[in-house]
Amino acid sequence: MKADPRGVLTGIHFMDGDHAACEGALAAGCRFAAGYPITPSTEVVERFAARIPTVGGVFIQMEDELASSIAIQGGAWAGHKVMTVTSGPGLSLMMEHVGLAAITETPCVIVDVQRGGPSTGLPTLPAQADMMQVRWGSHGDYSIIALSPNSPQECFDLLIKAFNLAEEYRVPVFFMMDEVVGHMTERVVIPEASEIEVVERKWTRKKPGEYRPFECEDGSLVPSMVKAGDGYRIHITGLTHDERGYPAMNVAAQDKLVRRLKDKVDLLRDRIVDVREDGVDGADVVVVSYGITSRIAGAAVEAARARGVRVGHMRLVITWPFPSGRIAEVAKTARAFVVPELNMGQMVIEVERAVCGRASVRCVPHAGGTVHDPDVILDAIMEAAR
Amino acid sequence: MAKTEIRIGGLGGQGVILSGIIIGKAAAIYDGKHSTLIQAFGPEARGSACSAQVTVSDAPIGYPYVKNPDILVVMSRDAFVQFAPTLKDNGLLLYEEELVEPSGLPAGVRAYGVPATRFAEELGRRLVLNIVMVGFFAGVTGLLSYSAMEKAVLASVPRGTEDLNLRAFKRGYEHGQALVARA
Repeated sequence: MKADPRGVLTGIHFMDGDHAACEGALAAGCRFAAGYPITPSTEVVERFAARIPTVGGVFIQMEDELASSIAIQGGAWAGHKVMTVTSGPGLSLMMEHVGLAAITETPCVIVDVQRGGPSTGLPTLPAQADMMQVRWGSHGDYSIIALSPNSPQECFDLLIKAFNLAEEYRVPVFFMMDEVVGHMTERVVIPEASEIEVVERKWTRKKPGEYRPFECEDGSLVPSMVKAGDGYRIHITGLTHDERGYPAMNVAAQDKLVRRLKDKVDLLRDRIVDVREDGVDGADVVVVSYGITSRIAGAAVEAARARGVRVGHMRLVITWPFPSGRIAEVAKTARAFVVPELNMGQMVIEVERAVCGRASVRCVPHAGGTVHDPDVILDAIMEAAR
Repeated sequence: MAKTEIRIGGLGGQGVILSGIIIGKAAAIYDGKHSTLIQAFGPEARGSACSAQVTVSDAPIGYPYVKNPDILVVMSRDAFVQFAPTLKDNGLLLYEEELVEPSGLPAGVRAYGVPATRFAEELGRRLVLNIVMVGFFAGVTGLLSYSAMEKAVLASVPRGTEDLNLRAFKRGYEHGQALVARA
């Protein structure tokens, strides 16, 4: 279906990433957001709070991030598309409720404008150090989806995609911005509502009494939903549950549920992943990057090519699920991988797993606070090419 | 693939960031170029060091920061002291001449001054000194078209202040053009 025109600010704007993300959420149909202010993400909800009364919806500034991350789940079960917005310290507080969203299969979007950590760290400066936390931060086994925009335009475009994926797979979807992308201002083109594709929630066609909230039909791994007020009496719990939603704390129910929570993303990995490739086929060295670092890496790749190195660039637009299959394929011909990231080495672990010793893997870590100097990535490419 | 890197520095409250937004907007929306704006400011709302980095390019922009600007615009002495050494050789310095006394510039730098604060006061409001500076930038550099800059000013200032801001823009523009013609 097409976007609701009330939420779409059609036009050409000069806008920062935080504001563009807000417009992406509104265009995607987000009508409830809850959040607690934290630099460098505050501008997203500040704008949302100002815009939502004219669009029709609600923003609540909650008492903290725990409350924000649970309020949105109430909003989702009331039938709305929902998001919360935060940065590292707030994200840590939300981890308990990420697990609840995973086990109750509550569609929600969590925008994380990353800053330097651990703890309070660097409030106004960038990092990409939450990549593993969003994948593994809550206890237990489950899968999530994460996207990594590298420009204000992508903060708009990809946040719509994030909402669509949340509905399609019923998982928490993480939108992994960083301080630079959030505060950088560039041209943002917002199309007409009629050109924006949004995914409607998968509502049940069954009547009250027949509907089982965690029953999958037609070979799908994603059950259909209902919303509060429609006359269905259902039970949603953080305990391991059966298809009826009732607690079923036994080995068989646990195996069935947890396997599906992982499989619904992992088995469809190839359909979800989004890797933008530049000159990868036949390259000796392949740079793997994501988010703001992909722009810096792009400059280093160009410089290395000017020096005669056959270097390719794989930019991960979707970071989770990880495109292991494609990396493994490229590892058959590439001699070396170079992985720059604004952390001390997180996604490089996934690259190593996928490459599995078939090529060398070189991490270019950066503790955060600014972006890489392109020359540092260039040096790593040149060394890898030797 | 022409790329121009600009840094604008001053004090919080002088309208430094808005100056950057207007230049970026003129480039990205009205002149069909690529433009990236990065801003840096202290925790205080007024009086702290504040700067904007604007890249204007015919091609998409990768690395977003400005390390060594082609053009440096300064509205305070602190900003001059901090950023003047980063200016490229043969770069361009635009300064608020009643607040900044340029000295020890990198080789070949051309410097043009404007009494932006005084011009703004003469126009009726000191607040528009940044728009005088933006006009001065347009007049000296010719980097972006007059009409794009004018549209960007109009699209960026509060309603009801368009006339005052346009006069401020023109005052700075004409001063810049006159200095360049004389040079």
